[in-house]
Amino acid sequence: MQAPDPGPMPYAHEYGTRLMVSAAVATTGIMVDGVPLKLKLRRAERMRKLKAVGLVAPLFLFIVVSFGIPIVVMLFNSIYDPYVAKLTPRTAVALAAWDGNDLPAEPVFEALALDLKDAQKAKQAALIGRRLNYELSGARSKLIVSAKAAAKLETGPYKEALIAADPMWGEHGTWTLLKRTTRAYTPYFFLSSIDLRYDANGEIEPVPEGEAVYQAVFVRTLLISATVTALTLVLGFPLAYLLATLPARTANILLIFVLMSFWTSLLVRTTAWFVLLQTQGPINDFLFYTGIVGERIQLIYTRFGTITAMTHIQLPFTLLPIYSVMKGISPSHVRAARSLGAGPFYAFWRVYFPQTMPGIAAGCLLTFILCLGYYITPSLVGGPTDQLISTYVALFVSSAGNWGMGSALGTILLVATLILFFIYNRLVGIERMRLN
Amino acid sequence: MTLPVYASPIERGWYVLHRVFCGCLFLYLLLPILIIIPLSFNSEGFFTFPMPGVSLRWYQDFFGSDRWLSALQSSAMVAIAVTLLATTLGTLAALGLSRANFPARGMVMSLLISPLIVPVVITAVGMFFFYDKIGLINSYPGIILAHTALATPFVVITVTATLMGFDQSLSRAGAGLGAPPITVFRRVMLPLILPGVLSGALFAFVTSWDEVVVVQFIASPEQRTLPKQMYSGIRDQISPTITAAATLLIIFSGVMLTTIELLRRRSERLRGIRAT
Repeated sequence: MQAPDPGPMPYAHEYGTRLMVSAAVATTGIMVDGVPLKLKLRRAERMRKLKAVGLVAPLFLFIVVSFGIPIVVMLFNSIYDPYVAKLTPRTAVALAAWDGNDLPAEPVFEALALDLKDAQKAKQAALIGRRLNYELSGARSKLIVSAKAAAKLETGPYKEALIAADPMWGEHGTWTLLKRTTRAYTPYFFLSSIDLRYDANGEIEPVPEGEAVYQAVFVRTLLISATVTALTLVLGFPLAYLLATLPARTANILLIFVLMSFWTSLLVRTTAWFVLLQTQGPINDFLFYTGIVGERIQLIYTRFGTITAMTHIQLPFTLLPIYSVMKGISPSHVRAARSLGAGPFYAFWRVYFPQTMPGIAAGCLLTFILCLGYYITPSLVGGPTDQLISTYVALFVSSAGNWGMGSALGTILLVATLILFFIYNRLVGIERMRLN
Repeated sequence: MTLPVYASPIERGWYVLHRVFCGCLFLYLLLPILIIIPLSFNSEGFFTFPMPGVSLRWYQDFFGSDRWLSALQSSAMVAIAVTLLATTLGTLAALGLSRANFPARGMVMSLLISPLIVPVVITAVGMFFFYDKIGLINSYPGIILAHTALATPFVVITVTATLMGFDQSLSRAGAGLGAPPITVFRRVMLPLILPGVLSGALFAFVTSWDEVVVVQFIASPEQRTLPKQMYSGIRDQISPTITAAATLLIIFSGVMLTTIELLRRRSERLRGIRAT
């Protein structure tokens, strides 16, 4: 059976030539059932779309559940801290009416005493204490003592009894803090992440000089990332140039070396640097036996070690995009410039170099973004003052159990990364990210 | 690149300097990785040269200890499960995404690739919170799920790239000759995109095989994978057995790289691109 020639299709411009086949099928269809051609086409188109969506749907759902929701939960945890609100429902209600001047009245104390009693019974008083302790050091043990005292109270007056249990209840600041923590949603973790805090009156103020930590960590993260990016560019550019200008056969062999380092797992490369940088390790051996240094020097757990290892790991990421751009630059451009009288350096600088800019931008941006999130390498070869923001995220969540702080720092890191990737996507396109 | 005959002495100087600089860079790239191999045969428990003697004791330690062997075993199990899952899901999605006219393609693609973009600590922390709620924490299914999420972007990217080089008229020809879509996929499309699918699968395998941050958050001490064991080998007891483990992993990734390179060449040959 042969389909009749559909002839010139009036709607071809509308649907694009790629529909020729389905259009041809549709043309034969019109004779059988009389359904308008345009409608059949649209139906066929919709079916194709549905099938395509059906193919993507399983992975889409998978990623949303296994990856998307966890990220949302983390974002949520950075502003949501419900424990105190859940454990002190009566106090929360009573404090809502408190005007914030002087100490609260007896009913508020009574509410707190009853809440603490319940919390003590449920063995969860420490949870309230832990949250208060974030902002008021020593509050954890004081609260546990107060809860024990409250559990024994049968009748009022509660105010005197609580203040007798611990004088902190006689301080105005404790109450403004408690009022803040009885709200489940709090900007506290974000404020802390940029070294701000509440003073005794509930006003936002900068953390005193000596206690400020995180601004310095953010600056350090940016600084180390920028240094590593600059180093990979300075080292990677000449190497990319060599690879792009050598005869293909030699270049391919050298490229395999680069890829080999690229393909060795991050942990193995970090292990290698961990071994190399030891005070009794190979680098020190070399420096010592050749007499470059008289005494073994500290390399591991230093900024120098961290940057050396990170640069080593990131070098291929910067180099490969530059290399692939350089491959596309015709050598005749520089020859033309030379023949027009440009000196070798002038020709390189004005003709060749500007053409490599897309590769430089792509490589450097990728390396910078990846550096911001470094965790394993600084944690193994860096000292305490070389840790990047990721280390603090991990520490807060796993060791310190302060999920809010970990989440807030993580959110800031995530937002920074996403903004940079948005730029990267505009410049390079995410799908063209080099894999090998 | 050879120097033209008319090159000035300064140019010649730069040329030599550039070559020497690049030579040093290759040493910087390769030596740290290669130096660990001889060190793993050290007869003493130091990371230092000259080595007092050669022995296999760190390999004996590796293959003789339950910790390392069980770590190797669980890593292999997780990685294989991840590879199968990620390759299936990723290939299906890539097939859908490469259909013309896919709705909101850019947005969907960004979401599917996002596990590659988000710093891994953030992913790990988020999974730690959420998997705890749904009871997947401290379990192999949890690790497999997490690693699959991290690995699928590689499959999607590789297979999508391969599909760009696939001539859609071949599958139309198959359909025109009366083959149902499944047959067209199995007999026409799959053989041609197989190198891409396989290298995506290898990427997925390696992603899981090397992953150390997420397992630290969502796995208990019972689910000990090789990278996790290595990390604690460095962190807690600085045992030279890590050099043996690292050497085995270097050899392993060398084999992987070679395989992927061969697959890439085969793919280019199949697609009629002349190998360079």
